[in-house]
Amino acid sequence: MTTTTPAPPVAKGGADRPKTAAGRVRRRLNTRVASLVSIVIAVLWTLPTFGLFVSSFRPEQEIKTTGWWTFFTDPQVTLENYQDVLFGRSSSAGQLASYFVNSVVITLPSVLFPLAFAALAAYALAWIKFRGRDWVYIGIFALQIVPLQMALVPLLSFFSQGVSVGGVQIMPAWNLDDEQRFIQVWFAHTCFALPLAVFLLHNFISQLPGDLMEAARVDGATHPKIFRTIVLPLITPALAAFGIFQFLWVWNDLLVALIFAGGGNEAAPLTVRLAELAGTRGNEWQRLTAGAFVSIIVPLIVFLSLQRYFVRGLLAGSVKG
Amino acid sequence: MEFADEAPKLLMLLYGLVAFVVVVGGLLLLLDAVPNYFARRREQRLIAASTAKGGPGGDGPAPAARPRRGEGLFAAFFLFPAIALLLIGLVVPAVRTTLLSFMDGGSVNWVGLRNYGWMFSQPEILDVLANTLMWVVLVPLLATSMGLLYAVLVDKARFEAIAKSLIFMPMAISFVGAGIIWKFVYAYRSEEQEQIGLLNQIAVSLGGEPKQWLLNSPLNTLLLIAVMVWIQAGFAMVVLSAAIKAIPAEIVEAARLDGVNAWQMFRRVTLPSIRPALIVVVVTISIATLKVFDIVRTMTNGNFNTSVIANEMYNQAFRFGQVGQGSALAVFLFVLVIPIVIYQIRNLRQQREG
Repeated sequence: MTTTTPAPPVAKGGADRPKTAAGRVRRRLNTRVASLVSIVIAVLWTLPTFGLFVSSFRPEQEIKTTGWWTFFTDPQVTLENYQDVLFGRSSSAGQLASYFVNSVVITLPSVLFPLAFAALAAYALAWIKFRGRDWVYIGIFALQIVPLQMALVPLLSFFSQGVSVGGVQIMPAWNLDDEQRFIQVWFAHTCFALPLAVFLLHNFISQLPGDLMEAARVDGATHPKIFRTIVLPLITPALAAFGIFQFLWVWNDLLVALIFAGGGNEAAPLTVRLAELAGTRGNEWQRLTAGAFVSIIVPLIVFLSLQRYFVRGLLAGSVKG
Repeated sequence: MEFADEAPKLLMLLYGLVAFVVVVGGLLLLLDAVPNYFARRREQRLIAASTAKGGPGGDGPAPAARPRRGEGLFAAFFLFPAIALLLIGLVVPAVRTTLLSFMDGGSVNWVGLRNYGWMFSQPEILDVLANTLMWVVLVPLLATSMGLLYAVLVDKARFEAIAKSLIFMPMAISFVGAGIIWKFVYAYRSEEQEQIGLLNQIAVSLGGEPKQWLLNSPLNTLLLIAVMVWIQAGFAMVVLSAAIKAIPAEIVEAARLDGVNAWQMFRRVTLPSIRPALIVVVVTISIATLKVFDIVRTMTNGNFNTSVIANEMYNQAFRFGQVGQGSALAVFLFVLVIPIVIYQIRNLRQQREG
């Protein structure tokens, strides 16, 4: 009864190696075809962006008369498009530098506020026992399905007219203009981000070990103390993941900005200006390509450098459900 | 750009950040103060109880029996900002939008279901609904299959990380940016001129004629859909790739030993294993697609019969001042989302139980 039977050779030699010559050929052919198809897809997916990128550095006359692929036979490089679209004085130029500042001003608080409020709420929902906790959680969870479009008209009138019930003004109108409109945009982005943020962070916070909390409670730590000293450091990866997600979402948003920021260069972000340029100056390709690239570059840098966290956030949000 | 023009904005940003520190810091400080307050109260109550011992109030609840009295209050403080903002920013507005959808354009008189009647009787709006249907059917289907195909193809390939980044990259690009990128691909020059748009150049070099791609329905809607597929395939690919990697190695091994070929492996092993992830991806993309607005607005502004519900809602409510009709479209959008979400919740529950 000695168990000296040799292990099956296939399992040992790695399942990737087929036994017969025909099998090997077929496999190699398969991988060939697979790589070829994947390369074709990758090229197809990258080419449009690449074309835009190349074009943005070509002189105006060249962009308008020849395809960007002629760049490789006749390379002409200029930074004039960027100069024009960022700092150009005329109203038809982009003046994008100013809008770029707006995008930054909009984005930072719009990321910080929902993160903080959602972390607090998620902690309470996960670790503080109070009556109706499950209902509150389900309520917030369910709000994820309300499309933004459902909230826009009343929220705008909330800002511009305040709240009045039966002719009695309960809340005054905010009457914000120019750069004060940032407040509206921050407010709107924060509200709209909360359901998903609470949900994601709750997923994460509720999985922290309960013993840790219990031990801290026994030692006499209060909830705020536990939240600050134990929970916050532990959920940093989740905060980072959602932070990146929210950053990209806010930076790339058009709808919220269009409605709450107004169209001028006092508060509107890059996306609003670009959409406007695309509409009114659809053939000024030297401006559109450079402008689009200006708006793309920041999220692209964030994306490329923090890709791992971004993916983690995505997977946490979509698969765990 | 002059710095003087930007200074007020930066000041505003500073205010915003200060507000953040004050609000969040203040909340935490306040929370620190609350337990002290309760500790003192409890102490006082204990003293009062001990001095009143034997009195008529002896059958009242002993203070020690409720050690965590502050819990509810704590929860209230932690939850207050989020819930207040959700009520102001989402719940109340959503209810109001529903009410507005039963009122006329100026939100003065009740009109019953007239806005909904309008929606289903105007030929233009029916076209909008048909376009939206096309989007919601095609985008999830194409993006998911493209993502799945790519995830399977590059799985364990040598340059997997880079290959995946390339497909995933459009996710970081705004819909507006993507719109411009693809407008450039579809750009048109008359036949005598050299083409600058990639698609027309390909058409010409294949012996065809350059076309105004974005002018003719329904081809233009399909070309806009391609943009959304381009963006969403990366999302599908990342999620599905993670699901494929999570398939237990033993199952794959066992199938290999049974001598299945690549196609059978995909059909019988991979596909069933990643079914839950597949559903999540399709559902998520469907919902995102229903709400798509930026692509249409940037590329055609909804002209040439390319408009979708979300875009039409914006037009009606914010450009034409038809708040009632815009609200009705928003409510309809909401109604369309609900069944998709219910389907997903049911699936998730089955998955948990199974």
